[in-house]
Amino acid sequence: MISSLLKRAAVAVAGLGVAASVAFAGEATISGAGATFPYPIYAKWADMYQKDTGTKLNYQSIGSGGGIKQVKARTVTFGASDQPLKAEDLDAAGLTQWPQIIGGIVPVVNIDGVNPGDLTLDGAVITKIFLGEIKSWDDAAIKKLNPKVKLPELPIVVAHRSDGSGTTFNFTNYLSKVSADWKSKVGENSAVEWPTGVGAKGNEGVATTVANTKGAIGYVEYAYAKQNKLTYTKLVNHDGKVVAPTSETFQAAAANADWATAPGFYQILTDQPGAKSWPITAASFILLPKQPQDAPIASEALKFFGWAFTSGGKAAEELDYIPLPQTVVALIKKSWAANVKGADGKPLSN
Amino acid sequence: MSDLALAAEPATEVKPKANALTRLALFDRLFHWLTFLAAIIVLLLLAGVIISLIEGSMPAIRAFGFGFLSSQAWNPVTDDYGALPAIYGTVITSMIAMLVAVPVGLGVAVFLTELCPHALRRPIGMAIELLAGIPSIIYGIWGLFVLAPFLQGHVQPALISLFADAPFLSSLFAGPPYGIGVLTAGLILGVMVLPFIASISRDVFETVPPVLKEAAAGVGCTTFEIMNHVVMPYTRTGLIGGIMLGLGRALGETMAVTFVIGNAHKISSSILSPGTTISATIANEFTEAVGDLYTSSLIELGLILFVITFVVLAAARLMLMRIERKAGG
Amino acid sequence: MSLYAGRRANNIVATFLCWAAALFGLAWLIMILGALIYEGAKGLSPAVFTEMTPPPGSAGGLMNAIAGSFLMSAIGVAVGAPLGLLAGTYMAEYGRYAKITTVIRFINDILLSAPSIVVGLFVYTVLVAQMKHFSAIAGSGALAILVIPVVLRTTEDMLLLVPGSLREAAAALGLPRSYVIWHVAYRAAKSGLVTGVLLAIARVSGETAPLLFTSLNNQFWSLDLNAPMASLPVVIFQFALSPYRDWQQLAWTGALLITVTVLILSIAARALSAQRRRG
Repeated sequence: MISSLLKRAAVAVAGLGVAASVAFAGEATISGAGATFPYPIYAKWADMYQKDTGTKLNYQSIGSGGGIKQVKARTVTFGASDQPLKAEDLDAAGLTQWPQIIGGIVPVVNIDGVNPGDLTLDGAVITKIFLGEIKSWDDAAIKKLNPKVKLPELPIVVAHRSDGSGTTFNFTNYLSKVSADWKSKVGENSAVEWPTGVGAKGNEGVATTVANTKGAIGYVEYAYAKQNKLTYTKLVNHDGKVVAPTSETFQAAAANADWATAPGFYQILTDQPGAKSWPITAASFILLPKQPQDAPIASEALKFFGWAFTSGGKAAEELDYIPLPQTVVALIKKSWAANVKGADGKPLSN
Repeated sequence: MSDLALAAEPATEVKPKANALTRLALFDRLFHWLTFLAAIIVLLLLAGVIISLIEGSMPAIRAFGFGFLSSQAWNPVTDDYGALPAIYGTVITSMIAMLVAVPVGLGVAVFLTELCPHALRRPIGMAIELLAGIPSIIYGIWGLFVLAPFLQGHVQPALISLFADAPFLSSLFAGPPYGIGVLTAGLILGVMVLPFIASISRDVFETVPPVLKEAAAGVGCTTFEIMNHVVMPYTRTGLIGGIMLGLGRALGETMAVTFVIGNAHKISSSILSPGTTISATIANEFTEAVGDLYTSSLIELGLILFVITFVVLAAARLMLMRIERKAGG
Repeated sequence: MSLYAGRRANNIVATFLCWAAALFGLAWLIMILGALIYEGAKGLSPAVFTEMTPPPGSAGGLMNAIAGSFLMSAIGVAVGAPLGLLAGTYMAEYGRYAKITTVIRFINDILLSAPSIVVGLFVYTVLVAQMKHFSAIAGSGALAILVIPVVLRTTEDMLLLVPGSLREAAAALGLPRSYVIWHVAYRAAKSGLVTGVLLAIARVSGETAPLLFTSLNNQFWSLDLNAPMASLPVVIFQFALSPYRDWQQLAWTGALLITVTVLILSIAARALSAQRRRG
């Protein structure tokens, strides 16, 4: 009796499945994968865009490394990465690249009694912490930068990324710039051999680890620190001034970038000069195949990014991301027309 | 008289019956071949898994050779990979899991077969098997949200200060209290494997002929002595088979471990520090592995895991087959 | 201490330890199920079953994940169960004493306990890399490979339990072999076979690792078999590791849903087999 019921249920489900897949097969969804750095704003934009136009964007935040891999394998429409590819790599993979949004990476800590913005760190101290040379929060070097803060005798728990991450690339790039020691011992890349600490997946994972572990320090994109009320720190920048992570300091760092001349818009915004510059600012890039296999979907994707440039600015600023200046947007749209073409050679953007 | 019976079958009824019989014979052969085909597919599936794993690992095997098994490197920048931290983590977490699961599992089995009041036997047995039914991802999130903070706040600092001065143990229990790490992962694994060992041990204990136990009791043995000197030696092979099955499960477990292992590609002497296991490495890094060598190294890790579990499971199955044959099954 | 007193002391200590072991096991069960019910029930609401997975910071539900899990498990069982049934039938009926049956039984037991992530790797190399995209088909394929060993094992065991006399009686009446199997052996072992399928469904409902790189994930409603599809375990994996409160709450609720499903299926399977033993 049960078996015949099961049999009938199975047939019904299979029928439903086939019918549904036939019914829904026609609906197109833009698929993207990559950096967790811009995920909060991309998710917000995707939601807004669907309400506005009905087109869906499915973005999987699996890390910059994953985004590069998937778009190279053409398993997604576009990839997202905070580590820009160099011109040779772009040509070899047949991809075009442009910056979509700018944000700041902030160190976050979990110490009882320390509130957001209370603690100040500088390049040398952060490097020593992540090298495992400074092991406790009451170390003299940290006390020197923070004479007024009550620092407990708490072991430092370092949290870093376990996946391939553009956030890691920008963070280690900054550390390499401020410390020759770090540069020779560890270097800069989307995944490195961390001397110490716990690995977590995505900006999300680092944020969770820091939130749940007393004495932890990690590095996350600012939206994660803001949304999850994590304790961020101030930093000492290239000019020796103490700055807090705000859209003003991110913008000051981005002001120096020369987008026009770099091939593939390749620009790294860490350790920029300027009294107000935030030391670990980064742009997040989109990678799109120059000759997409699915031209209509790629064209939809370009429409989405154009919409984000014109209408997505306010949402971005609410999350303390920095939209790109209009002059750069014009350059980017020109690059679309020049680079992204369908099978017939005509540009896909309108 | 006989010609009456023979005359009853008119000629017109023979042909359709013959057709029906041919159809039946055809269906019969078809069914036979269908089932045989299905059986062969199972065979091919396992062969397929092994072949695809080997094929996927070839780039890494060619690049690193046997050095892969002893190298501690894991550097996606320079494309240098080694399996040692992952293998070490897999083995250590499984060992901790066995240290927890085997005594407790055997204890539960003894409890259920000898000491438990009869009315409670079925409910408690069912409760222990419920533990086996909980999906592993539940263990993972429970470990991350409930167990790890508890260990970090209360247990690990106590362990660190307790063994701070002991000569060897201080390095075994050293380091900042992360909460997550090798010990936490081992504990969670142990609780996951515990019901398997308990239920297999209980089944095996129940195959002991009561006359043996009664004879021992008749000579004046205590319950513990009966278990120790009669039941356990009798069921030794089955017990070891069950334990190895549990070990096989612990070695291959992914989700419960990934949440709480800490993802550090390091070998550390302290079990309170983070580490990694083969399955956790693959689960965390596979979708993001850029480059053929990285992907291939991860697949080679999968191959190593498969080989390890294959050996353990094969040994377990052989032992259990022996005891099944002995019990006349 | 006399010898007898020493032996008695050992016995008391051992008894105490065994009680402690049982209570230890029960304590973990209570702690885990308790936390699951407490945290998961907090988020239970009709919205969970009617809304899609939300972006971070917004409210939503798990409908696309539930539907995806349901669909992929259904396809996995629809493909894997018949294969397992037929192969088990061969091993118990046609090839009972053949050498190949011993080999297949051995291999099947290995596959039964093999790490499911290895199955995921296999399906990735064979399906995803060839099709050049993630898809629900690949996810269903991975689940089917996990279903087959469970169904095969129970089918063979159950069919072997059917007394030979039943088969012989049917054969004596002139029934062909396949009819003997269909109408006699299957009928006799029916509840056992159903138990096997139920156990297989319970197994794949909670599997995460093989879906991680076959069906990936999808934040929208999608029943397209050729595209990535959301599933409860993968969504729980992603949400639990995130720092967003509402995502974490959905993760607990999803975990509660999976556990309840698995437990209901296991209890149904157990009830069926108890019925069979009694009846």
